[in-house]
Amino acid sequence: MDNLEGIDLEVYGEASISSDEERILDELGIHGAERRQFLGQSLSGAVGLFAFHLLAKEQALGAVEISPEALYSPNAGIENAVEVAFKVNGAAQKVQVDSRMSLLDTLREKLDLTGSKKGCDQGQCGACTVIVDGKRVLSCLTLAATCKGKEVTTVEGLAKGEHLHPMQAAFIKHDGFQCGYCTPGQICSAVALLDEAKRGEASHATSNVRKQSSGLKLTDDEIRERMSGNLCRCGAYPGIVAAVKEVQSGARTAATWHFATEEEIAAAMNTEVKVDATV
Amino acid sequence: MRPFKYTEASDAAVATRAVAANPEASFLAGGTNLVDLMREYIAKPNELVDIKPLAMSQIRPTSSGISIGALARNTDTANHPLVRKDLPLLTMAILAGASPQIRNMATNGGNLMQRTRCQYFYDITMPCNKREKGSGCGALEGLNRMHAIFGHSKDCVATYPGDMANALYALDAVVKVRGVDGKERSIAINDFHRLPGTTPDIDNSLAHGELITSIEVPKNKFAERSYYLKVRDRASYAFALVAVAAALEMDGDRIKHARVVLGGVAHKPWRSAEAEKALAGKPANRAAFEAAAEAALAGAKPLSHNGYKVDLAKRSIVVALERAMGVTAND
Repeated sequence: MDNLEGIDLEVYGEASISSDEERILDELGIHGAERRQFLGQSLSGAVGLFAFHLLAKEQALGAVEISPEALYSPNAGIENAVEVAFKVNGAAQKVQVDSRMSLLDTLREKLDLTGSKKGCDQGQCGACTVIVDGKRVLSCLTLAATCKGKEVTTVEGLAKGEHLHPMQAAFIKHDGFQCGYCTPGQICSAVALLDEAKRGEASHATSNVRKQSSGLKLTDDEIRERMSGNLCRCGAYPGIVAAVKEVQSGARTAATWHFATEEEIAAAMNTEVKVDATV
Repeated sequence: MRPFKYTEASDAAVATRAVAANPEASFLAGGTNLVDLMREYIAKPNELVDIKPLAMSQIRPTSSGISIGALARNTDTANHPLVRKDLPLLTMAILAGASPQIRNMATNGGNLMQRTRCQYFYDITMPCNKREKGSGCGALEGLNRMHAIFGHSKDCVATYPGDMANALYALDAVVKVRGVDGKERSIAINDFHRLPGTTPDIDNSLAHGELITSIEVPKNKFAERSYYLKVRDRASYAFALVAVAAALEMDGDRIKHARVVLGGVAHKPWRSAEAEKALAGKPANRAAFEAAAEAALAGAKPLSHNGYKVDLAKRSIVVALERAMGVTAND
C-alpha cells in the first residue's frame, strides 16, 4: 500500500494493541505483513474494540475472497457479476452489478438517482422506499440481481416534467418535512398507499378485516398505521398525515402556513416594537 | 457482506439440489431477514439460489381447507378474499407484523424461516450461542426485557419475533416441504420451530436443502370469533413484548374449542394447552378468561428484567379473548 509510506509502524504497531484485539487478528488469520498493513490502516489506538473487530473482519474477508480470476475477469473486478436489465422511471436500463449490490446502491451509485436515501441500510427506517411493479418495497434489502425485468419507480419518477405529483405538492403545502432526508421514502410510500386503499387492502388499524370493500377512505389512525414503515426523526408526522389525507380523500384542506407576501413583509417591517415600560 | 454466487432457480428440483450440494448455500425468497443478516456478517452464505421465479404463490381452497403458497407475499396473503373471510386471525397476525414495505417483499415460507433472534444475536461483539456455538449467552445475565419467559435454556433466551406463525399455530396449520430427493413431507406447525435446548443455532426442523412449498390450513369454525392482540413498545413497526392469537368456537353459550397462542414469550410460538383446556366447556365470560390466563402463565419462568411479561401476558390473554367475543368495552 503506497499510502503507508512514511507511517511509523512502530508507533502504530502491534505493541499498542490490546490482547483482545490481538485475539481478533489471530482468529481472522491476519499475520505478518498483512497485520502490519492492517494496523497501519486502522491507526490502532484511535479505534474502539468494536470498530477494530469490524475493520479486521472486512480486511480478512476482502483478503480471502477476491480471487485472481475475479481481478482479471472481463467484468473489470466485479466478482459474481450479474447483468440486470430493468426499467427505472420508465427508461430501460442495463447494469452490471456485484451480486451483493442492493437496489438502493444501484440506483444511487450506478444510475445517479440519489433521491432514494440510505438511512439505516437495515430495513428499519423506510428512507429507501421505492415502488417496484406497483408495490412499495425497501430498496436497501432488495438485491439488484433480483430486479431483472422489473419496473422501478423512485421519487425522481413521480413528477411529470415541472408538474409535481399531487403527493409531492401536498407535502410542501402541509409542511410534511423538516430536514427532508426521509421525504423521498415518505412520498413513495404514500403514493403506493393510495393504490392499496383503492384496492381495499386492510391494515392493522382496520376494525373488521372480514368486511371487504374497495375504494377506502382512510382515517388519521389508518394513515398513521399505513405510514408506520417510514420514520421521520424531525417529527413532521402531523404534516405528513395531513398531506396524505388531503390527497387520499380528494378533499382540499387549508394550508397551515404560507410564504409571507411582500405586503406582509412590509407590514411586519413597519410595525414598531412596543416596549413595556413597566417591566 | 461476504461475496456469493447468485443463481435463479428454474424449478424446485434444481433449486433443492443446488442448495443441498453446498453446505454454505441458502435459498433466497423475499430476503427481508436474510439480506439484513448477511450485511451484518451474521449469515454468511457463499451462494444464494433465488426461488422467487418458482410457481409457488397460489392461494386456493382445497377439500380440507385453504392452501397457501410458500412464495405468496405476506401482503397478498393477508388480503386474499378467502383468507380475510375464513382465516381473519391470519390476516390480523400478518398485518400486525413489520411494515407495509416489508410485507410486500416477505413471503410466507420466508416468514416461517426468519431467525429467532435478539439484540445480542445481532451484535457481533457480544457472545451468542445462536450465532457462534459455545460463545455463551449475553442476554441471560444481560438486558433481557424482550426475552423469553417460557421454554428457554441457559444457552439461549431469545424469542421468536414473528406474528404470522402465531396465528398458524392457533389454526393447526401443516407445512408442506419438498425434500432433496423430490419427496414431499408434511410437518405439523407445532413441530416446525424448536426450543433452544443446547442447540439454539438450529431454529427449525428442516434439513439443509429442504424447501417449503405450501402451508395448509384446515377448515375451522373460528372465523367469527378470533382476535390477534400485539402489545409493543410503540404503536406499530416493532416486535411484540407479548402477542396473543385467540380463537373461540362456541356451542350455544359454552366454549366448545379454544385456541390460545402466545408470541414474544418463547423461542417459538407458545401454544397454551393449559389455557385451552381451562376454557373448554366454560361460558365465555371474564371469569373464565382470567382463569385461563392464570393457567397459561402458571409455568412461566421470567428472567431478571422481564418479570413484567407475566402480568402483561395474563391481561393480554383476557383482552384478546374478550375481543374475539366482540367485547370492546375495555379498549
